Amino acid sequence: MSTDGILVLTRSAPYGSSAARDALDVALTCSVFEQPVTLLFLDDGVFQLLKEQSPSAIAQKNLNAVQQSLPLYDIERLCVGRSSLEQRGLSGAELILPVELIDDADLPALLAQHRHVLSI
Amino acid sequence: MVLHTLNQAPANAACMASALAAMTAQDTLLLIEDGVYWTLPTFASQLANIPGSVVALAPDLQARGLTSDAIESVDDAGFVALCVSHDKVVSWF
Amino acid sequence: MATENIAGQAIAFDDEGYLDDLSQWSPQVAEYLATQEGLRLTEAHWEILYLLRDFYSRYEHSPAMRPLVKAVKQSLGDDKGRSIYLMQLFPGSPAKVSARLAGLPKPDNCL
Repeated sequence: MSTDGILVLTRSAPYGSSAARDALDVALTCSVFEQPVTLLFLDDGVFQLLKEQSPSAIAQKNLNAVQQSLPLYDIERLCVGRSSLEQRGLSGAELILPVELIDDADLPALLAQHRHVLSI
Repeated sequence: MVLHTLNQAPANAACMASALAAMTAQDTLLLIEDGVYWTLPTFASQLANIPGSVVALAPDLQARGLTSDAIESVDDAGFVALCVSHDKVVSWF
Repeated sequence: MATENIAGQAIAFDDEGYLDDLSQWSPQVAEYLATQEGLRLTEAHWEILYLLRDFYSRYEHSPAMRPLVKAVKQSLGDDKGRSIYLMQLFPGSPAKVSARLAGLPKPDNCL
């Protein structure tokens, strides 16, 4: 696979900080500038993808809403660390969108496939 | 060739574990900010067999009263040289 | 920052003409903003404005041009899901102009 595009790496749980929202905003902005974007969720970042989020009572925007618009921005590749999910007792079925599970052993190759890696 | 920077103290072991999972033998791990506490002998021994090489940022060591024996250190110019000699930089924090 | 009396209601706009309170939107507000823009709203405009309002209620943000074109293509077909079509309806910056008329916030990721 060629080295192209931007990998947005996000490892923070949502709502406790603006990191999850920032990662999504960066991904959308990259897409608007026609840069191919892949999202990679590791560690607590996998919590961003849980279904049924409803943060109105804590006065925050629902990440799930924006996440569901990702295909309209041509952001189709969502990667999730398999071990991060498993350590948290979660499975792909509990996530809001279809994802590609990445084994630890395949992480270096995923980094190598992208021109830039943005950690947010 | 990826330069990985890590700025978390050993209490955040998950951060180090993720960085190490993403490393290859050609990569370099640069410890910065609180990441330099990994150079303390009790922690540095855990990094002895990682893929790739590990270095620590000298100004961050000095600021915290640490001297790194087990792990090589680089100054700011060395940091820049590492950024240039690697294809990309990935931050772990 | 301006307040206008539209259809018997005091409606506040920000400096760029977007609604302060999104819940105050009505077709009359859209007509008023269109007049300011020098546009006369036709059926073709309205279907885009309602599509935008549906986008916002589903995705909780105003789309930039690229996702707007894609959303229009999915809902209204290939003939309408093109930049040039939206440029003709909402000249200048279609994503910004149409969001304003539809009573949505200014798109964040707009060129």
